Amino acid sequence: MREDAGAGRRVLLSGWGRTAPTAARLARPRDLAELAELVARAPERGVIARGLGRSYGDAAQCAGGLVLDCADLDPGFRVDAAAGTVTASAGTSLDTLLRELVPRGWFPPVVPGTRHVTVGGAIAADIHGKNHHADSSFGAHLRSYTVVTGTGEVRTLRPGDGAPFWAGVGGMGLTGVITEAVVALRPVETAWMRVDTDRTPDLDATLDLMARTDGDYHHTVAWVDLLAAGARTGRSVVTRGHHAVRDDLPVRARRDPLRFAPRVLGAAPGWAPPGLLNRWTVRAFNTAWYARAPQRRRDEITPASGFFHPLDAVRGWNRLYGPRGLVQYQFAVPFGAEPVLRRVVERLSAARAASFLAVLKRFGPGTPGPLSFPQPGWTLALDLPAELSGLPVLLDTFDRWVADAGGRVYLAKDSRMHPELPARMYPRLDEWRAVRAEVDPAGVFRSDLARRLDLVGGGGSR
Amino acid sequence: MRNALGAVRSVLVLGGRSEIGLAIAERLVRDGARAVALAVRGGRAPEAAARLREAGAAEVHELEFDADAPASHAAVLARAAGLLGDLDVVVAAFGHLGDQAALEADPVAAAASAHTNLTGHVSAGLAAAARLREQGHGVLVVLSSMAGVRVRRANFVYGAAKAGLDGFAQGLDDALYGSGARVMIVRPGYVRTKMSAHVPAAPFAATPRQVADAVADGLRLGWRYVWVPSVLRSVAAVFRVLPRSVWRRLRR
Ligand SMILES: Cc1cc2nc3c(=O)[nH]c(=O)nc-3n(C[C@H](O)[C@H](O)[C@H](O)COP(=O)(O)OP(=O)(O)OC[C@H]3O[C@@H](n4cnc5c(N)ncnc54)[C@H](O)[C@@H]3O)c2cc1C
Ligand SMILES: NC(=O)c1ccc[n+]([C@@H]2O[C@H](COP(=O)([O-])OP(=O)(O)OC[C@H]3O[C@@H](n4cnc5c(N)ncnc54)[C@H](OP(=O)(O)O)[C@@H]3O)[C@@H](O)[C@H]2O)c1
Repeated sequence: MREDAGAGRRVLLSGWGRTAPTAARLARPRDLAELAELVARAPERGVIARGLGRSYGDAAQCAGGLVLDCADLDPGFRVDAAAGTVTASAGTSLDTLLRELVPRGWFPPVVPGTRHVTVGGAIAADIHGKNHHADSSFGAHLRSYTVVTGTGEVRTLRPGDGAPFWAGVGGMGLTGVITEAVVALRPVETAWMRVDTDRTPDLDATLDLMARTDGDYHHTVAWVDLLAAGARTGRSVVTRGHHAVRDDLPVRARRDPLRFAPRVLGAAPGWAPPGLLNRWTVRAFNTAWYARAPQRRRDEITPASGFFHPLDAVRGWNRLYGPRGLVQYQFAVPFGAEPVLRRVVERLSAARAASFLAVLKRFGPGTPGPLSFPQPGWTLALDLPAELSGLPVLLDTFDRWVADAGGRVYLAKDSRMHPELPARMYPRLDEWRAVRAEVDPAGVFRSDLARRLDLVGGGGSR
Repeated sequence: MRNALGAVRSVLVLGGRSEIGLAIAERLVRDGARAVALAVRGGRAPEAAARLREAGAAEVHELEFDADAPASHAAVLARAAGLLGDLDVVVAAFGHLGDQAALEADPVAAAASAHTNLTGHVSAGLAAAARLREQGHGVLVVLSSMAGVRVRRANFVYGAAKAGLDGFAQGLDDALYGSGARVMIVRPGYVRTKMSAHVPAAPFAATPRQVADAVADGLRLGWRYVWVPSVLRSVAAVFRVLPRSVWRRLRR
């Protein structure tokens, strides 16, 4: 069949969940001029930026359109030690940042559950980490970012610019292509963490422990065993920690305290049969993992990479979910909506849904980004095989509970919610659309996510 | 866009009064589809449209479509895209069973039947595929049939066209590989509808609703073939190896 003309190669793209792939042209501009030119000559079906494709759904896809990978832009890497900031191109990965920064005594202000995300993706999803309750999300630490808007204009935006700046923070790439950012850093003495671990017997104990002690720690997270049932429903391993100082380290490690050497144990096999991760295999894993965790351990000194990114030790673990892929469901509900959280956990446990360790966390204050996900309250993130029968109805039910409670689903993780929901979950959606209409009057920035959820308005039909 | 669990926003049914086609559209609407276009002879299908609105469709369009007029098919697809925007699912549901004895006695009528059942699908299928390829996603659902798996004495005019259609659909799916679009081939056995009301039911009969449910599962799980009921996959394996002497004598 006919090959259509246009920039870049035609490729099939999907997100980390490997569901709903679509075809687009993929181009890797080498400099700002080339990038601006590609945006100015955007194909009719639109253009969207893509980082490392770690969003789970279809946020970094644009079926029939153009996808821009910023990895080839000049890294422009500069550390300003006096200001405590780093300047980096949007295509720079947090993995690279960590490897460059930690040995110099700096840490990115926010790191998600994987190092393999880009600065552009971190801004566009306004990502959060285990320190959200203390430090808020990525956008809160941005000094500025540079973006190519829908009119091809190159703008550098600062928090002081207000609405246009914040529309891009959590804006899922729909307000322009970010090319570079200046990010405030945290000074660290070591590449290690000082960690306390507690095993909790059930959900109430988990929530209670976190609510009582979150304030005492810089980083906290609970891993919930969603396959535990009955009196054990919601049992968790809660880990809380601080960046270790030099004196915390064993003598051996003090010689090179900032050595950052993440371990990669290996890669998942390229292919896995459907149904490999089922309720039995996952239950066995979760149980073994819970049993291995200490009941109570204090002041364990552990490498930061293992503390923040245990999953990165196995490359391509998403392939274990087989050809049908996985769905990640992450929602946040305000404080006071704990009953919703409890109902979700109970329903998942009753459904015996094969969910690997779910991640539970308390959010602190959010940023002013209208589409930014974190809001004060609880957030739970869980992975489920897409082939699980009954999954659509189960998650639709959760969506309703979450929306009714004033909560929301994380757009960077979503791959399946219904299009009526974003307007309820993100009450400032219209405000965001108005800014977007200004910076992208012709609507050239479009993604599959935007089409599916009708984020930009107009029925989501094109 | 199709979501990760197979729900879609828009559906085009070619042969929009087909009981099976409508059941599929209705199921997809119940799963979240908002917009449906019914392409029918005469351009009007008010009852079918009402049924889909009742099921929850926010927009239902009706448009003219004649399977026997291949020259018009690209325009029909363009119109549908104009009404719906992206075509997430296109269901090619039109078809004609006819009375085998009558068709055998009337070569011209038999050719006309084959024209609808095969030629019409070739042009409509290619026109649909071109749209889906351009938009970089979408599924073309082709109503093939058990009758085409191995053509039987009892309905070989129809069966031969279905066999041709099935082969066409497989080839088209291969052609679309990597384009983001794909073809899903549905192979029901006997389904009681207005098309089949005049012939006795075969074993493993299904309802339009069951076909629709199986198609929804297929969309969710990315199946290439959908057998309805699923046991027909094994039955077909037996059919393929039965000796001709036995096969020839099958009554239905
Ligand atoms: C194992 C794992 C753990 C995770 N843990 C967390 C977590 O703890 N906290 C959290 O918040 N998230 C988490 N995530 C999600 C991830 O951080 C976000 O989806 C992030 O946006 C991915 O970045 P990316 O570079 O891969 O971007 P992509 O997935 O490629 O794109 C994501 C979005 O960013 C936009 N984008 C990318 N680059 C640019 C650019 N240059 N300009 C404008 N827009 C751009 C895209 O258009 C898209 O909308 C996790 C993901 C995985 C796979
Ligand atoms: N029923 C079964 O047992 C069975 C089994 C396997 C496969 N199938 C296949 O499933 C599909 C749907 O069948 P069904 O059972 O739903 O039958 P149906 O209700 O009779 O639907 C067939 C539709 O095709 C339409 N059609 C016929 N010729 C046309 C033409 N030239 N142009 C436009 N439309 C035309 C008819 O339109 P009008 O309304 O204008 O007549 C009718 O609505 C068919 O392809 C059939 O072969 C059926």
